[in-house]
Amino acid sequence: MATRELSPAVPHLRAARRRWGEDVIKGVLALCAFVSVATTVGIVVALFLPAIEFFREVSIWDYLTGTEWTALFSEPQFGVLPLVGGTFLVVLFAALVCAPFGLGAAIYLSEYAHSRARAFLKPTLEILAGIPTVVYGYFALTFVTPLLQDVGFDVGTFNALSAALVMGIMLLPTVASLSEDAMSAVPRDLRHGAYALGSTRLQVSTRIVVPAAISGIIASFVLAISRAVGETMIVLIAAGGQPNLTLDPREQVQTMTAFMGATAQGDVETGSTAYKTIFAVGATLFVLTLLMNLVSIRLTRRFREVYE
Amino acid sequence: MSAVPGALRGERRRGRVSGVLFHGFLLFSLALGIGTLVALLAQVVIKGWSNVDAVLLFEPPSADPAIAGARPAILATIYLGLLVIALTVPIGVATAIYLEEYADKDRWYNRLLEVNIQNLAAVPSIVYGLLGAAFLVRGLGLGRVLLAGAFILTLLVLPTVIIAAREGIRAVPGSIREAAYALGATRWQVVWRQVLPAATPGIATGSILALSRALGETAPLLLVGALTYVSFNPTLLGDFTALPVQIFQYIQRPQEAFKTVAAAGMVVLLVILLLLNSVAIWLRNRYQTKW
Repeated sequence: MATRELSPAVPHLRAARRRWGEDVIKGVLALCAFVSVATTVGIVVALFLPAIEFFREVSIWDYLTGTEWTALFSEPQFGVLPLVGGTFLVVLFAALVCAPFGLGAAIYLSEYAHSRARAFLKPTLEILAGIPTVVYGYFALTFVTPLLQDVGFDVGTFNALSAALVMGIMLLPTVASLSEDAMSAVPRDLRHGAYALGSTRLQVSTRIVVPAAISGIIASFVLAISRAVGETMIVLIAAGGQPNLTLDPREQVQTMTAFMGATAQGDVETGSTAYKTIFAVGATLFVLTLLMNLVSIRLTRRFREVYE
Repeated sequence: MSAVPGALRGERRRGRVSGVLFHGFLLFSLALGIGTLVALLAQVVIKGWSNVDAVLLFEPPSADPAIAGARPAILATIYLGLLVIALTVPIGVATAIYLEEYADKDRWYNRLLEVNIQNLAAVPSIVYGLLGAAFLVRGLGLGRVLLAGAFILTLLVLPTVIIAAREGIRAVPGSIREAAYALGATRWQVVWRQVLPAATPGIATGSILALSRALGETAPLLLVGALTYVSFNPTLLGDFTALPVQIFQYIQRPQEAFKTVAAAGMVVLLVILLLLNSVAIWLRNRYQTKW
């Protein structure tokens, strides 16, 4: 890299002899980089080969449109909609928590907090992102659900609402951190210009900073939602194990991830149709999150180009 | 004339009320996060503290909550941590060096590599578990063993380590490299003797944070079969269960007393992760150079 920058000034600079050791090192490094490519290929193969076998036994149309999921029954029904619906319900309520409050925390950290308070508050908030999901699941089951019952929600021991609320809190630092990064990239001059015209802090935040950082903020939402779709332990512990096509968050639901986790625990015979369903559902999940990640990467890139 | 200041004043009063409301909303957002953190830690510690004792640390799991411990799981988590660090750091740092110091960024395959790593970082962890179930447990015939779990966790956190190492390497100023080249150093000499030593604190911090993420993972291990009832000390090629999986197992048991054992396990897990995080933060503050 550095030598290339120098080369216009010294156009005839060439190595006296080829250094094979250097080439070998470059080869070894490239090989290590290849591990991550192999991982992607491995994931695609591992998911889609059993999934294709699965779709030889079950029609893909029935899978995508069926409203009954009883994969482990003796006469199984493989309609994935209850699992997708359960995922959607949990993700929706998690997003209703993490998007507004994550953005609120980001605006506070970026526009309102003193630098000393920020240096303390931001790492504290980020501890939330480091807590294992199994602990969140326990918290949802033993603290949030009883709390919901105490304030008068008609919920059972297992319900989508408490899993979703806890997941929303877990994702709050993801949204806050990434949105705050996007907001700190907005040039000071824009803020100073707005203040000079008599704007209040509220106006500067909502009409200048947030619009300027909007693609970074949306990217943080998309990333959080994609994490919510792939989150397993909270829903496995707190949302119950009943596939259920409903829009009522007080009921119990099973998400795609929870189905995979629950089925893998049982004695599922390797190679059976039930075993293959795990991979079919996994492939569905993978495609869903991949699409969201591509959107998020594109948005982040767009926001980077704005002020550089 | 008098209408204008009046309007201005009205505007300001309305602005002040909404400003206060907005400020309140922002404070509430932050308090919601931090308040939940406090409630969560309090709930776990209050429920579990009395059970953090010699039984938990030194006894195997049992059907009787009074003598149920987590020794095999704690040991397995320590083994997993050592294996994950030994595998991820060399591969991750080598990939980062390749991307930052060697790769020609205009080539399509290097750009593909970059997008690929970004994507892998966001693949749900349970999908890595499927990769392990298909290739390691079934394909290679390794079985549901500790080594398979370590490989899966390695692949899971590799993108995180690569991204952190790249940031550490990028923070080393180009003038250092140019000075070394000017003295006749080869590319590898520049990397090994100048860039890497300067980037080490950043790489170490990122690797430790990645490790703490790996040790808290449950879902991918469930899929490589870590839920078997394990009462003996783990070996590389034997059945295993990690601490988060053991906690999950205890949560699932019907008796209320096991919830307490689970909470005690969480206290141990959180202490391990907190220690790792503190080391990472200390490293960053102690050794990070500002160029």
